[in-house]
Amino acid sequence: MIPHLPIGETVSDFIDWLLDTVPWLFDAISNVMQVLVDGLTDLLVSPAPIVWIVVFTVVALVLRGPWLALYTLVAFLLVVSLELWVETMQTLALVLVAAVIAAAIGVPVGILAARRRAVSVVVRPVLDFMQTTPVFVYLIPAVFFFGVGVVPGVVATILFAIPPGVRLTELGIRQVDREVVEAAQAFGARPGQILREVQLPLALPSIMAGVNQVIMLALSMVVTAGLLGAAGLGAVVVRAVTQLDIASGVEGGLAVVLLAIFLDRLTGAFGQQTAVSRLLRARGRRASSAGPAEPASRQDENAPAGAPASA
Amino acid sequence: MPPVLQVTGLSKVFGAREQEALRLADEGVGRDEILRRTGATLAVHDVSFTVERGELFVIMGLSGSGKSTLVRLLNRLIEPSAGTVQVDGRDLRALDDAQLRSVRNDKISMVFQHFALLPHRTVRENAAYALKIRGVGAREQRERADWALRTVGLLERADARPDELSGGMRQRVGLARALAADSEVLLMDEPFSALDPLIRRDMQDLLERLQSELHKTIVFITHDLNEAMRLGDRILMLKDGRTVQLGTGPEIISAPADDYVADFTSDVDRTRVLTAGDLLREPRMTARLGDRAGDVLRALGTAEANGVYVLDDRGRIAGVARDDLLARALQEGRTDLGTREVVAEYATIGADRPVVEFVHLVGRHTVPLGVVDDDGRLLGVVPRAAVLDALSAVPARGSVR
Ligand SMILES: Nc1ncnc2c1ncn2[C@@H]1O[C@H](COP(=O)(O)OP(=O)(O)O)[C@@H](O)[C@H]1O
Ligand SMILES: [Mg+2]
Repeated sequence: MIPHLPIGETVSDFIDWLLDTVPWLFDAISNVMQVLVDGLTDLLVSPAPIVWIVVFTVVALVLRGPWLALYTLVAFLLVVSLELWVETMQTLALVLVAAVIAAAIGVPVGILAARRRAVSVVVRPVLDFMQTTPVFVYLIPAVFFFGVGVVPGVVATILFAIPPGVRLTELGIRQVDREVVEAAQAFGARPGQILREVQLPLALPSIMAGVNQVIMLALSMVVTAGLLGAAGLGAVVVRAVTQLDIASGVEGGLAVVLLAIFLDRLTGAFGQQTAVSRLLRARGRRASSAGPAEPASRQDENAPAGAPASA
Repeated sequence: MPPVLQVTGLSKVFGAREQEALRLADEGVGRDEILRRTGATLAVHDVSFTVERGELFVIMGLSGSGKSTLVRLLNRLIEPSAGTVQVDGRDLRALDDAQLRSVRNDKISMVFQHFALLPHRTVRENAAYALKIRGVGAREQRERADWALRTVGLLERADARPDELSGGMRQRVGLARALAADSEVLLMDEPFSALDPLIRRDMQDLLERLQSELHKTIVFITHDLNEAMRLGDRILMLKDGRTVQLGTGPEIISAPADDYVADFTSDVDRTRVLTAGDLLREPRMTARLGDRAGDVLRALGTAEANGVYVLDDRGRIAGVARDDLLARALQEGRTDLGTREVVAEYATIGADRPVVEFVHLVGRHTVPLGVVDDDGRLLGVVPRAAVLDALSAVPARGSVR
């Protein structure tokens, strides 16, 4: 017979031990998160909805152009007419806090993993573990440490959303053209300079894709967070399910989808060139360059070769 | 003064079991065998050379022969497994990180095969990169960058971004970045290999012109022997990480060390590499103004020649004495070789001129083509047979596989 290995009991003992040893740590984390989420929620719900709707629309216009702006306007007006504005803003606050913290942890870990083989080797199986563990499994310690309410929801969401941030950051940095990094080294750049001036800027599209993933995963956790007692659209959906209220279930779900599309299109734009940034660049070039900016051609190529001015 | 660059016994092994691989290499075991036995790649083994100030030193070899590794050992982008690199007499291995960075920043610059420009910076910012790292003020950065861009003929595109430029122009930026750093040594890893042939030719011209003005010390990597011959003062032939030959272009063409080198040289356009000086022969005979015409005519008969260069008292060519004219002079009673007996039926060429410039002059006259120095003194001759021989020669040890 194979003896029973007490893995579950060991983890459980470990959690008890943690709770006994550093209870202040969990209180501190709990307080900080509560304050962040409450503060952001207050900020989002205290003015009339139209104020934030205008702000979101303008942001969409600047980052992504008129189509997303139109979508934003219509989607949030729809949310208001569903009478889910407050719940949607509560969910947005939870998602933003969780995503910012997850990115703040994931991106630096990704950078470290890209630069140190050892870190990468350790981090990779941890990420695999985090991504394949069913969500409900880390709800248990979250509830143990932080009770019920919004905080365990945020914590579980953060844990769930970290892996893509780490992975896409590491990948992005590793994918930076080796020769360009070598060039920076060959001209005497310090490692920190190379990271800041070469690796991060060139990895930015990938890092931003990671941040986008973080936000989307965070959003996918709202219903779970609702189960834990966090206010917002998740709670609406959970209540609808328990009361078999199809109508409010559909409305809650629709609001989640509307918010998800808005956040996805908006953050998907960060890493890429936007209409505005293209415009700004083109204008800057016209202002500062003396010669006409023709496309590169064979003729261009030969012309200066004939007459390089001497030193 | 120490040589700018002195490389001694430089080796690089990639992989674990480095020492074991090195020991095998020292015993003369080949790269493939070492890989099989140790799992390590012998990229460079026991390479030594010195590069003098102002020299353009070419390292050439087939793909995989270790060129990129070797050139990166020269600025310690790659740590050597054995051997030393000295720059101006300083051993690179003795430097700490900060000192090494400062040597890279202001003593050794590098130009890359795929340009390696920063895509999010303008051409000017790319050109100023070394200066920015050095912490030079913004105005001086701009001045130096603009000077370098003007030097490579690209100043008018200073505000463009690299992705708006063609390949040749991007490499000009790469060159400008190295020039703006104002370092003495330039390492160039196949800088023109990624370019179209026509553009490559332009870039070679540009580099030659820059070099004649700036006199940098250049280590230039290529796999194209024509390029090596055209640019290089000396060429190091690398094969499987080992030196197979080190010499000037003409030395390598006329005496390739082994089949590997001979294979390369068989593709080379010899007419551009070999110069009149390389083909120079001692003239069989020469005459002097004032020599006795009868003696000269008799010597011509012995030499089975129809004409001879006549030199003045300073060794300059006065003209050519033809046998029929000598015979007529004797019939008419003139015994001394005077200016009336010589004709201007000859052609001359400078010793440094390549075959392509004089091949049409060879064999046109009764005397072979004369090779002269700047004062018009005869250094030697290039008979037609010598040219034909040099151009057609399958080198002595070469074999065509
Ligand atoms: N970082 C590396 N790790 C392992 N092997 C390498 C590495 N860099 C180069 N090599 C090997 O070393 C040999 C020489 O490569 P390289 O110097 O790039 O040659 P070349 O530039 O002449 O084409 C090749 O067999 C290559 O596979
Ligand atoms: Mg190479």
